[in-house]
Amino acid sequence: MMQSSRRNFLKIAGLSAVGISGAKPVLDAFAAEGHGDERTEFEIRKNEKALTAQQWGMVIDTRKFESAADLEPLIEACHSLHNVPHIDENKVRHEVKWIWEDEYKHVFPTLAGKFVDERTEHLPFLALCNHCENPPCVRACPTKATFKREDGIVLMDFHRCIGCRFCMAACPYGSRSFNFKDPRPFIKERNPEFPTRMKGVVEKCNFCAERLAVGKKPACVEASNGAIAFGDMNDPESEVRELLKSNYTIRRKKGLGTEPAVYYIV
Amino acid sequence: MLETALKGNKGYYRWMAAIVAVIGVGFACYLWQLKDGLGITGMSRDVSWGFYIAQFTFLVGVAASAVMLVIPYYLHNYKAFGKIAILGEFLAVASVSMCLMFILADLGQPMRALNMILHPTPGSVLFWDMIVLNGYLFLNIVIGWKVLEAERNEVMVAGWVKPLIYLSVPWAVSIHTVTAFLYCGLPGRGFWLTAILAPRFLASAFAAGPSLLILLCLLIRKITNFDPGREQIQSLAKIVTYAIIMNVFFFLCEVFVVFYSGIPEHMDHFKYLFVGLHGHGVLVPWMWTSMGLMALAILLLVNPATRKDESVLVVACICVFVGTWIDKGLGMISGGFVPNPLHHVNEYVPTTPEIVIAIGIYATGIFILSVLFKIVVTVKEEVSA
Repeated sequence: MMQSSRRNFLKIAGLSAVGISGAKPVLDAFAAEGHGDERTEFEIRKNEKALTAQQWGMVIDTRKFESAADLEPLIEACHSLHNVPHIDENKVRHEVKWIWEDEYKHVFPTLAGKFVDERTEHLPFLALCNHCENPPCVRACPTKATFKREDGIVLMDFHRCIGCRFCMAACPYGSRSFNFKDPRPFIKERNPEFPTRMKGVVEKCNFCAERLAVGKKPACVEASNGAIAFGDMNDPESEVRELLKSNYTIRRKKGLGTEPAVYYIV
Repeated sequence: MLETALKGNKGYYRWMAAIVAVIGVGFACYLWQLKDGLGITGMSRDVSWGFYIAQFTFLVGVAASAVMLVIPYYLHNYKAFGKIAILGEFLAVASVSMCLMFILADLGQPMRALNMILHPTPGSVLFWDMIVLNGYLFLNIVIGWKVLEAERNEVMVAGWVKPLIYLSVPWAVSIHTVTAFLYCGLPGRGFWLTAILAPRFLASAFAAGPSLLILLCLLIRKITNFDPGREQIQSLAKIVTYAIIMNVFFFLCEVFVVFYSGIPEHMDHFKYLFVGLHGHGVLVPWMWTSMGLMALAILLLVNPATRKDESVLVVACICVFVGTWIDKGLGMISGGFVPNPLHHVNEYVPTTPEIVIAIGIYATGIFILSVLFKIVVTVKEEVSA
């Protein structure tokens, strides 16, 4: 809102300037504005403590989890931090979730066979947005409301989303939720640090972009007691790359070529 | 010419008033949806597209089928279709209008619809769908109007209209191809992930559209002084015959690939639709009805004796239209979402307000169609008088 009204103000100011001082400086201003990148007119300054990467990624060590109770605090940390509504009525239909737990055969439907070892069969697995290197949702979005940031995070602009839900059809992981109704009455305790959403827009995990910006790791990572590692997939020295070097890992529906950035040690 | 739509007999006024009443009820429901959100529909996190998008998909086909009149008339100089080509074009106008309304009704934030233009995204198939649908609407309005105007004034059609007519041929194919690409380019949705989807969409479109047109022609003959002509109707019937056979053939090709390869992600959706999956199968009777109707239609249409009998032809056309409508308007969309990407089975059934809104949009389309066909009939009656 602020951006667009500011831009409108500049345009109106510019147009009035045409009458006063001739067109050239105004045309230059417009030319500068139209430099492909819409952000040229104001600079985004990064927090000095901000964590940066070329492609953020996550390694979930499922060996360190025993039951659903171990995952509950992680999910709660994420959902309360991000004002994710708790919709009880019509639970399945209108549910909004950023990170949740499900059985192996559902999180990895293409890997699960008839005979699975007992631990894996009964262990709850975490599911969340994979922040794919090659995200089909970003390809599908007709307004760039969902986009891939330079650090690999697939983000949502809740204010641009028109609610067409093409991204939900495109996501092969069921990671996206739609606000079928106003979510605000269903937020238990509102976190004023993070925006709430309105009805009619899509939302999903944002890899805690707002925390990375101030030097903190994602909430689920912090709450996992070391079971989830988070780091730059393109940095061979990073903790996540070290884990991938020394452990066999799996990813969800790898065969689709989306290149998920969330790995699981089983 | 538009003034001819304002003058009519009592029956015409009564018909239009009834349609406006239906539109009103649908619109009231839409206001409810606008206030409360899409939660009033049966759609869910798993089946995130439902009745609206399915109707949109079906109607894109009806719209594209105008090309089945344009090609024989303008490219093959089949004169008989000169009499009814305008009906096909105006049916396309009404259908595309409904398509656009169904998309709008499906948006969570319709007030932001123009973001599609403010932030154009050529990588998104939906962006191209917007372009081809609006372009096709524009083409058919201009072409239909100019051709009819020329007929009324008994002059040649302006020269600049011809290139537009030729352009409308590939454009018609494009609207249904792009609509199929919305679905068949998505990884992880095994039901749609097939190159046959666009050809199958076109085949079912070229069956559904002309069969509806036959029914409309027979209706026009009955209630007005304009006779679209027996030869015209029989030619359309042959088009419907070929198209419905192609549609079933393409479907069987898909069934072979899916079941002979035996890949679960592709089979599960077909199983859900035709035999039910994990005890869920709300669409099973519908899908078999659709298959039965299409098979019956083929029997009635292939046999010249039954095809040439107009009262049997009516039955065959209703079978084609309803059969293809169930296939696309019910099964095609929710079938692709069940089971979901995590192999959970959560079914979709549209709610009453959702259906009322859809009926309201259909009524708006029928209103547009009635106005346009009224103009056509008046002009045809004038010219022949």
